[in-house]
Amino acid sequence: MLKLDKKDMRLFIIVALMTILAPFILNPFPEGSGLAQFNAGYPDLMQRFVIFGIFAIGFNILFGLTGYLSFGHAAFLGVGSYAAIWMMKLLTMNVIPAIIASVAIAGVFALVVGFISLRRSGIYFSILTLAFAQMSFAMAYSVLTPITGGETGLQPKVNDPRILDAALAPGATPSAGLFGLEMRDSYELALGNWLFTFNFGYYFAAALMLVAFYTSMRIFRSPFGMMLRGVKSNQQRLNYTGLNSKPYTLAAFVISGMYAGLAGGLLVAMDTQVGPERMFWTASGEVVLMTILGGAGTLIGPVLGAGFIKYMENIISKINESILHQWFYWLPDGLEDLVVGMIYPFIGKGWHLTLGIMFMLVVIFLPGGLVEGGQRIGRWVRGKGRKADATGDKKSTASTPAE
Amino acid sequence: MDAIILQILNGLDKGSAYALIALGLTLIFGTLGVVNFAHGALFMLGAFCAVTLNKLLTLSFITIDETQKDFLGNPLKVETPYIEGWFGPEVAGTVIEWSVPLAILFAIPIMILVGLVMERGLIKYFYKRPHADQILVTFGLAIVLQEIIKYFYGANPIPTPAPSAFSGSFDFGALLGFDPGTIIYPYWRLVYFGFAAVVIAGVFAFLRYTTFGMVVRAGMADRETVGLLGINIDKRFTIMFALAACVAGLAGVMYAPINSPNYHMGMDFLVLSFVVVVVGGMGSLGGAVAAGFLLGVLESFASMSQVLNVLPGINQIIIYLVAIIVLLTRPRGLMGRKGVMED
Amino acid sequence: MPGFKLDRRGLLKSGAVLGAGLAMPTIFTGRANAFTNEPTGSSVTLGFNVPQSGAYADEGADELRAYELAVEHLNGGGDGGMMNTFSSKALQGNGILGKKIEYVTGDTQTKSDTARASAKSMIEKDGAVMITGGSSSGVAVAVQALCQEAGVIFMAGLTHSNDTTGKDKKANGFRHFFNSYMSGAALAPVLERNYGSDRKAYHLTADYNWGYTTEEAIRSSTEALGWETVEAVKTPLAATDFSAYITPVLQSDADVLVLNHYGANMVNSLTNAVQFGLRDRMVNGKNFEIVVPLYSRLMAKGAGANVKGIFGSTNWHWSLTDDASKAFVQSFGTKYGFPPSQAAHTCYVQALLYADAVERAGSFNPCAVVEALEGYEFDGLGNGPTLYRAEDHQCFKDVLVVRGKENPTSEFDLLEIVEVTPVAQVTYAPDHPQFAGGQLGACNPGA
Repeated sequence: MLKLDKKDMRLFIIVALMTILAPFILNPFPEGSGLAQFNAGYPDLMQRFVIFGIFAIGFNILFGLTGYLSFGHAAFLGVGSYAAIWMMKLLTMNVIPAIIASVAIAGVFALVVGFISLRRSGIYFSILTLAFAQMSFAMAYSVLTPITGGETGLQPKVNDPRILDAALAPGATPSAGLFGLEMRDSYELALGNWLFTFNFGYYFAAALMLVAFYTSMRIFRSPFGMMLRGVKSNQQRLNYTGLNSKPYTLAAFVISGMYAGLAGGLLVAMDTQVGPERMFWTASGEVVLMTILGGAGTLIGPVLGAGFIKYMENIISKINESILHQWFYWLPDGLEDLVVGMIYPFIGKGWHLTLGIMFMLVVIFLPGGLVEGGQRIGRWVRGKGRKADATGDKKSTASTPAE
Repeated sequence: MDAIILQILNGLDKGSAYALIALGLTLIFGTLGVVNFAHGALFMLGAFCAVTLNKLLTLSFITIDETQKDFLGNPLKVETPYIEGWFGPEVAGTVIEWSVPLAILFAIPIMILVGLVMERGLIKYFYKRPHADQILVTFGLAIVLQEIIKYFYGANPIPTPAPSAFSGSFDFGALLGFDPGTIIYPYWRLVYFGFAAVVIAGVFAFLRYTTFGMVVRAGMADRETVGLLGINIDKRFTIMFALAACVAGLAGVMYAPINSPNYHMGMDFLVLSFVVVVVGGMGSLGGAVAAGFLLGVLESFASMSQVLNVLPGINQIIIYLVAIIVLLTRPRGLMGRKGVMED
Repeated sequence: MPGFKLDRRGLLKSGAVLGAGLAMPTIFTGRANAFTNEPTGSSVTLGFNVPQSGAYADEGADELRAYELAVEHLNGGGDGGMMNTFSSKALQGNGILGKKIEYVTGDTQTKSDTARASAKSMIEKDGAVMITGGSSSGVAVAVQALCQEAGVIFMAGLTHSNDTTGKDKKANGFRHFFNSYMSGAALAPVLERNYGSDRKAYHLTADYNWGYTTEEAIRSSTEALGWETVEAVKTPLAATDFSAYITPVLQSDADVLVLNHYGANMVNSLTNAVQFGLRDRMVNGKNFEIVVPLYSRLMAKGAGANVKGIFGSTNWHWSLTDDASKAFVQSFGTKYGFPPSQAAHTCYVQALLYADAVERAGSFNPCAVVEALEGYEFDGLGNGPTLYRAEDHQCFKDVLVVRGKENPTSEFDLLEIVEVTPVAQVTYAPDHPQFAGGQLGACNPGA
């Protein structure tokens, strides 16, 4: 089915189930309990998980397969966002035209940038993409203010033309939707102390992420994907065989740019505003980190990496000193202060420190990223199950990393 | 004309900082093959060596002055630096005022130590790893270093003035036959430029005229062969890493009076110094220095209002624009060697 | 599978069992509330969204301290601070409407995207009814728009751009802090008195929204006095070394330099300007002068001795001697050991004003709060008699013109108050051209 082999099919089904059941999986702790702080099952963060998942999946098509390290992918995300918001301002708050425009315009932009940047390889390529992205950022911030809204960015306004939409009811604000359903519509389900939120926007984005994930699987397994891997392992040899690899690499670049544009368009669809800082080099760096952290070149790794970083950014940064005191109130006073004092530098405003340490730990101990961590745990569990057959296990440790 | 001379001076000054950082970065690339995203953080650590020395020198004991009130109406706590108690206000005042130049002596051992620990403790395990892993681990390290600084010093810039002997400006105009006062340039910025020139010359001389340098250059060209000759190249590379850290640190120390240091100043310079290194050409020390000065001068010119009136916003993008043009016309930057970091 | 027939009856039966199983533990909340996050329990949650990383992290930390202090006072703890001097006596010290105040914090990173993500998590996950804080106008505008969509109240923190209550104003958003126009209107007369009316000004402007509105405000109010603007150059926000922008000033015949910079930009550009000896210059027979329209004590500290004698404006300063300011400084200083910044002050006041408005309205409903705040006149919060104007949700109050102190007695004593500009002088019409183009719209209670 779906033209996937058994292993891929299993992975795809697992990912699909995880995304569909995310409101449950990400909200394991009951409301009001001390651990509810760690719940991530609220619409905004779930949306970000899948959107940055798309961004990272797309980046991985370029970097994971061809080895070309783009340091400017945030530019495509930003361009996609601007395209989407303009569609919403001019045409309609329906997200379909916005998303089509974001993918298309980001694709065209990626074609231009890719065509120029791919004339060089290695770090020269990285710096070329970085230069294009930084120029886009700087211009969006200042000179292009009439189109981009400068630092303040753009938002749909009540008095925008929106030629396809009916006039707004008095007092209403424009909000993004899909044929009558609004992205922010949610259904809440309370089970005992647990509260689960099913958000339409999330499922819309999640559906697109599954499409994106499936497409990337097909690309990985296709002859085109094989060609791209060839570029990574030895471009010269590939060229000597008489093949011109550039069209393939360029295609990968444009595809991954379109993925970034889709992510940018979805960001606008979920939260109707855009600012230039999403094109800054740190944003480009973030997707690189997501991909490497999760496991470059693997199918699921980038999604894990994206989830990891966004979780840290949104959850760890919100733990403050008073929450720590709530957790450890049961300790004797002196000890409580000591424990809080020891943890405090790593949470709240110190969340960057934790992130930095996690980067280092993962790359030092798990050279294949989070995916390798998962494999090791899997092997360990399986190894325990059949301890008797220890010899057979040795072989599997030497197996190739799953993709 | 005088405006142009001034902008050239500005550019050389800015270029000095770019060149010093890029020099260390390209040394590490060239010798160890490591992409060091923590290099900006080393620059920042250097600047904070100056801040720290200043803090150490002004460590104070507290006396309570009943005649004055603090903002809450309590008796004012007057802080007197210990060294003032030991040596009297005059000597102490002079020492504190000269804390930035003194910090050079303070920073050299610290930065060398930081470099050694970093290389032996972390970087050496990443020689054989892909560049992507190197980026991730050094980026993580950079975040950790700057968060530690933020934890102790806060996020605001910390004023670290130069000695008052350098606070004035030098009248270039008079020297070159212009009207006095038209081309003046702050002494400290001239000192910075001179300092950068000396450090760069020192590094070049070290690599060119010592046996050590010769081996390192050979190692840069062909690591395996040198290793086969029975030379312990690893040890030398460790020393090169410490040297690069030291150069970045010194660049930071001397930069502190120009702009008050803050914890993220390293990241501000990181991307630019990568661009500088690549425009100069991977593996080329001369290229890095030349590109540093070139980009510094061009950036200064692009900031002139005469230029901005014709091309609005050019000051924001000039460096990247030049980088693109250079890389498209010269595939390996200004002076890059073939095959370095091209895959 | 012979012997097993799925008939209609069986289907109905199993369907009913399945339905019951699904329905049993389910309580459909369906959000029958009148407005977003209506507090139903014994407590109410407020969201403090401040920069905790990036260049404004120290300012954000000070804002957070102020909020914590405000929560303490509102819940009846501490010495009550400005609650004792506040003209409205609606607040009882028992939380808001008898509900204990709880709060959540987040990091805006001074990026609109992150700030909105953080605010959304407060609204969606933590059930916050009000979001407040921030240290930049871009963030304020972004979060304000979000709160309008979501149907919660936004009480802006430090945001100085005209646009926050001008072209980007929103019905659910309120600003206590002053703005670029007010800075210009307050500064100009003082500048005239000290530097005369025949001056040539050179502007360096941070190349983003706040920079533009500040430059415009200062230009128009100084030009009205007879000053001439020689040149206005935009500098990149990311710039760290301003030498390339300072040296052309030496070449021009300008005798005043206006630095429309804030934060690290201001620290660096001012430091660079002093390095280049601008303050020792004589041009057109006059002393060269530097002006910094928006001062912040925290930032002035970064520039060290370079701020001495330089004029600027500020929303509030701890050395004010009215009862309210003294009470606040006492309360804050006792708890934290140093005086509060203007960012801390505006945030504390905003928290109090929100609580008071809810108390007076008798409801957390955003529309009721908006009604209670619109056109509200109050006193005793450190800025003298103040009006929350209904047309644009901007506070109108006295503005402080300050100068860098020549002989500071402590590390906090960096600014001295030169003049308290009366509110009448900084008031403008709601449709003033510098504020044109926005619509407040109607209040949105969400849900």
